[in-house]
Amino acid sequence: MAEKTYLQAISDGLRTEMRRDNRVFVLGEDVGVYGGAFKVTLGFQEEFGSWRVIDAPLSETAIVAGATGAAIMGLRPVAEMQFADFVSCAWDHLVTVAAKQRWRAGTPVPIVLRLPSGGGFSGGPFHSQNPESSFAHIPGLKCVCPATPEDAKGLMISAIEDPNPVLFFEHKHLYRRIKGEVPDERYTTPIGKARVHQEGDDVSVITWGAMVYTAEEAAKTVDASVEIIDLRTVLPWDKQAVLDSVRKTSKVLVLHEDTRTGGFGGEIAATIAEEAFEDLDGPVRRMTAPDTPVPFSPVLEKAFIPQAEGVAKALKELISY
Amino acid sequence: MATNTAVDVVMPQMGVSVSEGTITKWSKSVGDTIEADETLLEISTDKVDTEVPSPASGVVSEILVQEGETVEVGTVLARIGGGSAAAAAPAPPEPATQPAAEEAEAAATEGRAAPAEPEPEAAPAPAAPAPPQPPPTAAGNGKAFVSPVVARIAAEHGIDPAQVPGTGTGGRVTKKDIQGFIESGAQAPPAAAPEAPVQPPAPQAAIQPPPAPAQPVASAEPQAPRPAPVGGQGETLEPMSAMRRGIADHMRRSLDTSAHVTSAIEVDMTKVVQIREKLKKEYQSAYGVNPTYLAFIARATVETLRDFPWVNGELRGDQIVTRNYVNLGFAVELADGKGLIVPNLKNAETLNLLGMAKGIAEIAKRARDKKLTPDDVAGGSFTITNPGGYGTFHGTPVISQPQAGILGTYAIVKRPWVITDENGADAISIRSMMNLTLTYDHRLVDGAYAGRFLRDLRERLQGWGETDY
Repeated sequence: MAEKTYLQAISDGLRTEMRRDNRVFVLGEDVGVYGGAFKVTLGFQEEFGSWRVIDAPLSETAIVAGATGAAIMGLRPVAEMQFADFVSCAWDHLVTVAAKQRWRAGTPVPIVLRLPSGGGFSGGPFHSQNPESSFAHIPGLKCVCPATPEDAKGLMISAIEDPNPVLFFEHKHLYRRIKGEVPDERYTTPIGKARVHQEGDDVSVITWGAMVYTAEEAAKTVDASVEIIDLRTVLPWDKQAVLDSVRKTSKVLVLHEDTRTGGFGGEIAATIAEEAFEDLDGPVRRMTAPDTPVPFSPVLEKAFIPQAEGVAKALKELISY
Repeated sequence: MATNTAVDVVMPQMGVSVSEGTITKWSKSVGDTIEADETLLEISTDKVDTEVPSPASGVVSEILVQEGETVEVGTVLARIGGGSAAAAAPAPPEPATQPAAEEAEAAATEGRAAPAEPEPEAAPAPAAPAPPQPPPTAAGNGKAFVSPVVARIAAEHGIDPAQVPGTGTGGRVTKKDIQGFIESGAQAPPAAAPEAPVQPPAPQAAIQPPPAPAQPVASAEPQAPRPAPVGGQGETLEPMSAMRRGIADHMRRSLDTSAHVTSAIEVDMTKVVQIREKLKKEYQSAYGVNPTYLAFIARATVETLRDFPWVNGELRGDQIVTRNYVNLGFAVELADGKGLIVPNLKNAETLNLLGMAKGIAEIAKRARDKKLTPDDVAGGSFTITNPGGYGTFHGTPVISQPQAGILGTYAIVKRPWVITDENGADAISIRSMMNLTLTYDHRLVDGAYAGRFLRDLRERLQGWGETDY
């Protein structure tokens, strides 16, 4: 057991699988010599050679298409997008080919796309998005959003093991800010199982990614017992854990950094209304970014991304309802 | 009002929360002539007993409800003039509107449902003032919305959510409220429990129904049939008066609401006894009023309450209410010993000993003469009860809700008492001693606070000077 940053834990998980399984390789822009845009694969090319750590041309379409083909041929590619935002260039290969190949032809497509996502550093509209809900809508894909270093490693290994395309949303804001104990040995964190970040009785917050910490900070400022559920994976999502928590507290706030309309919070809220209606003691509340692109201005970005004060206000309203 | 057509006399509404009244006495019989505003009958409600004046001059043509019967507000009791076959014109239920509005305020201070008095609607009946609309139901107080989880828990436990005190937005019953209610062992009242005071009174027969009213006034809550109790051998059954039922409900509610604790103190009243003897003659000859011990105690109490605002306070939700005035209530026994009413002297802190003595005498007389208005019994902030007249030396009175305390005064008796003279020597002396009890709501008032209140009250009475007033 050693303390690692969130970024080191991702790197650790990837390295563990590459050492264990020859079929695993990485490709992406500047992942080799440079060590990746955020240095997740720093030193990988020295250890695994340039045939398993491939510097790809500046084309997300080519990267995802190449990874898909390699996977169909039996390899286990892990492709890096420098920013999650750029995956839209590869939409067709991901959504039309990778997501449907197994359903259509029976061939598994075990690719992992590493997608550095999220804002909080004035990256503006092209470098700060949280596009998980776009892909959670696509049958055949899996969307993973770890919040802790331990989960980042365990979910990276699970993602590589998984026979389906997995989108691995790694939150840039957490890369070097969040540290935690990470087991040295190989382990997996199941895809589709939520984690109770903090137990409570009065109100539930359902969230994932960096918002787990925003919720935690907000919970400290309210005079109530707040339960925080970290979904860990958005698709498949742990419906049972959410319903169990709602049945306990009867009040729920769904919190995400993505924009509101069509955000995954709407799916969660609707499910709660359908399946836990008789357990509700208040309206299901959502707290999200507004329906605009992510602003560059630090002031505007702070107003855009849900902050602890706003979450605390929403929690207080729910508690006193 | 003209008497060409019959004028209905209806059961007046003596305050918003009052939905029915009992006829205690008809002052006139069918065939008697009566002047407008002359007393026609006496009624008893769970708030006040009062006389009902005739709305018109004429001959009493019909008496529709007999003495002892209890009917809903708005029910036609009698008709004046016209003859029984004449078209009925609604009578203005005179004492209703103004006191009702006042009581709405009073009810609000009690934290109960207090729907605003609605504007009377223009009725199509020619030249006839419309009777007051029924106030909105309890739904108007914000408790109406029942969340899905509360509805489910209520159904599982057979509880009416309206019975549960709500702490959510607008008094909404939260899941925690109903769970706490169940854990506290509160029982769901039987279906037949009279929830009458918050039901909208339906002025059903009082008017010819205007064409298709939007609100079907007569479709108020269906009356749950009350099982008729059966008397055993040697037992006699008599119906509870409205006042008795009001007392019964209030006493039960008070014990269910406040955490009653009683502290007692012994007061040497010797000085007050001497001073009263001196003042008695002067007060009686000059002002025609008797300076009772109660007036002395009330005067000292009002002074002491100033230093102990919580004793004169109230718990309203999770707020503590304190006041810069004292509306001092006095428990008055009614003549037949079968009833009790607690009118209060408004702004008792402005009264000196003479004013207090006059005020008490006046309000007690009005209580016994059934001349109290709803305003007299609403809005009290502290109460004194005086059961000492019969020689009792201790008691544990029940707090008049939503107040925080009630002072009990007991018999003044001569007793051998150890006193210490100015040289510090102890001696046994014959002193006029009286016990006082303060029963307080321990949710708000702690024992030490109550003890200091009683100590200060005792010091004021024991140290009463000849020139004090």
